[in-house]
Amino acid sequence: MERLRVREAINRALADEMEADPKVICLGEDIAAAGGAFKVTEGLQERFGPERVMDTPISETGFLGAAVGAAMTGMRPVVEMMFIDFTGVALDQLVTEAANTRYLSRGKLTVPLVLRGSAGAGMGFGCQHSGLLDHWFRGTPGLKVGVVSGAAAAYEMHRAAIRDPDPVVVLEPRILYTRREEVDLPVVTDSSSVGRAVTAATGDDLTIVTAGQMVGVALEALAGASWSADVIDLRWLQPWDVEAVLASVRRTSRLVTLEETPPDAGWGGDVLAAVATQLHGQLEAPSLRIGPPPVPVPFSGALEERYLPTADRLREQIEVSLRGAPPTNWWAPEGVSA
Amino acid sequence: MNTSMETVAGPPRRTVLAASRVAVFERMLEIRALEQRIQTLYTEGLVRGSTHLCIGQEAVCTGLAAAAPASDRVTCTYRGHGMALALGTSPAAVFGEILGRANGCAGGVGGSMHLVDVETGLMPTSAIVGAGLPIACGLALSSKLSRAGDVALTVFGDGSTNIGAFHESLNLAAIWKLPVVFVCENNLYGEYTRINLSTPIEDLAERASSYAMPSEIVDGQDHDEVCAAVGRALDRARSGEGPTLLEMKTYRYSGHSRSDPATYRPEGELDAWRQRDPIALFRGRLVAAGDLDDAAADAAEARVTEEVEAAAAEAIAADWPAPEEMFRHVEGSTT
Repeated sequence: MERLRVREAINRALADEMEADPKVICLGEDIAAAGGAFKVTEGLQERFGPERVMDTPISETGFLGAAVGAAMTGMRPVVEMMFIDFTGVALDQLVTEAANTRYLSRGKLTVPLVLRGSAGAGMGFGCQHSGLLDHWFRGTPGLKVGVVSGAAAAYEMHRAAIRDPDPVVVLEPRILYTRREEVDLPVVTDSSSVGRAVTAATGDDLTIVTAGQMVGVALEALAGASWSADVIDLRWLQPWDVEAVLASVRRTSRLVTLEETPPDAGWGGDVLAAVATQLHGQLEAPSLRIGPPPVPVPFSGALEERYLPTADRLREQIEVSLRGAPPTNWWAPEGVSA
Repeated sequence: MNTSMETVAGPPRRTVLAASRVAVFERMLEIRALEQRIQTLYTEGLVRGSTHLCIGQEAVCTGLAAAAPASDRVTCTYRGHGMALALGTSPAAVFGEILGRANGCAGGVGGSMHLVDVETGLMPTSAIVGAGLPIACGLALSSKLSRAGDVALTVFGDGSTNIGAFHESLNLAAIWKLPVVFVCENNLYGEYTRINLSTPIEDLAERASSYAMPSEIVDGQDHDEVCAAVGRALDRARSGEGPTLLEMKTYRYSGHSRSDPATYRPEGELDAWRQRDPIALFRGRLVAAGDLDDAAADAAEARVTEEVEAAAAEAIAADWPAPEEMFRHVEGSTT
């Protein structure tokens, strides 16, 4: 066991993969000489040299596209997007080029590319630097998407992503980078864990399905609650572990989803749909979908704090729901329209 | 991967272009005949979706293919039928793809805009303007990091030079000294819009100067000029001197896509370009050099037309893709 920050765990995963496979290269803005805007790649250029850890110009289309071409021809590039929101200007290369290459070449060309980047709300970066944007990536066949919930998850997911034969997006909630965790780093030899959820806590009354920084919120909500819950950390949003969810809900008969991204087009809808279609008649209560309001992430601390789910809010919503009443969202009290 | 031109073999349909000028002439005829047949297949109701013909631009295809060994990879646009044939894909595989048949070069899942042939170095052609340029930088980056010695060529239209991917790619290739050749087919029209309405300069080669990159303006109707210019750029790239931008002055005889009658062109423009038809120009040169007499040239034309018709018939008779092909190659195995 050792105590690692999330950013240190990612750094360790990158270093271990670069050590194991000379085809792994890292590129992105300020990742080499400066060690990354969030210090995730600190020390990697010193250790692996300037050819394998490369600074790029501020040209997301250019360097993400270059990574696609390099991946087609034998390299295993890991691209850092300083803020995942920046992917917007380069989305073509990810969803239209990388995700379709295996299909169009009938398996003769593959794109074993990892796009990783800091993501999510809670740090006062405003609406253009605070998206998790999981819903942008999830709907693309040929593309896999995961979101990190802590140091152990970060290490295992990045190593598996790099070993995956296809393009993978790994979202790193920025707010977790400095969070420390006691971890026993797993041995990762392939990408078979891609798509698998992890049960972060077990309980009897309900199943909370969540991911990313919301896993910590769910675990915190358990403390002092009058109920107990399975907390399922999906880790992977595409493909996602439908069997793990169904197995838990079969036992608890109650489903709550907790998302960081506003609900429209969010993964919670798919979880509810799977449970509704496959466990019809087995639920004791209507499923509950918890998340922020459908608005851009606000800047002001007073508003951003009101925007995100917290442990107290989650606990209260669940308690109201367990009493048989439909809970009201904390962000839309009386007099404030949703 | 081969490490030098001398050791490169490659598919015979590709290598023959460097060895035989008659083969180049025949390939130009083949490209034109195939494009014309696609036009009629469309009117016969056999072609779905969109097609983008390159009639008039044949010399860019053959000039590039004759200069580059098969180990040099190529990204190309949706106007890519001619480039695929030049690089060595068979007419039956191109027809098959455009008709959505199992014998197509992408098994029928891609269509006209998505030709691919890994054996000849043709990476999947993209339907997105400018998308192939950053990818070519990555192919070149792989080559540079692995010391493979191969060069990436990326073919794109004049319209691409106004999209961000063009500028980002030229900049990236220049600062990293990547072995890449940027080949712009300036056919004067970006889709339906004439270049003077979309672009403030006439010679797109000028744009290279912003990236401290050498460039050449090339007569894209002249196979020999194209071949020589591509050869010079390949030599520069292979010797570690970095990228080059080549502007091929050329012209597409038909509209942007099958639904475009190209009525926006000034009267006489097409006729003026036809005076310098790339196939007629090359044929004249072969005849003058004694490589071919007129009778032999006519015979070649008749033979190629017949072969292309046979390839079309083969594709029309080919099977449809099996239902399971829809599900294959979406993703690979994770263990």
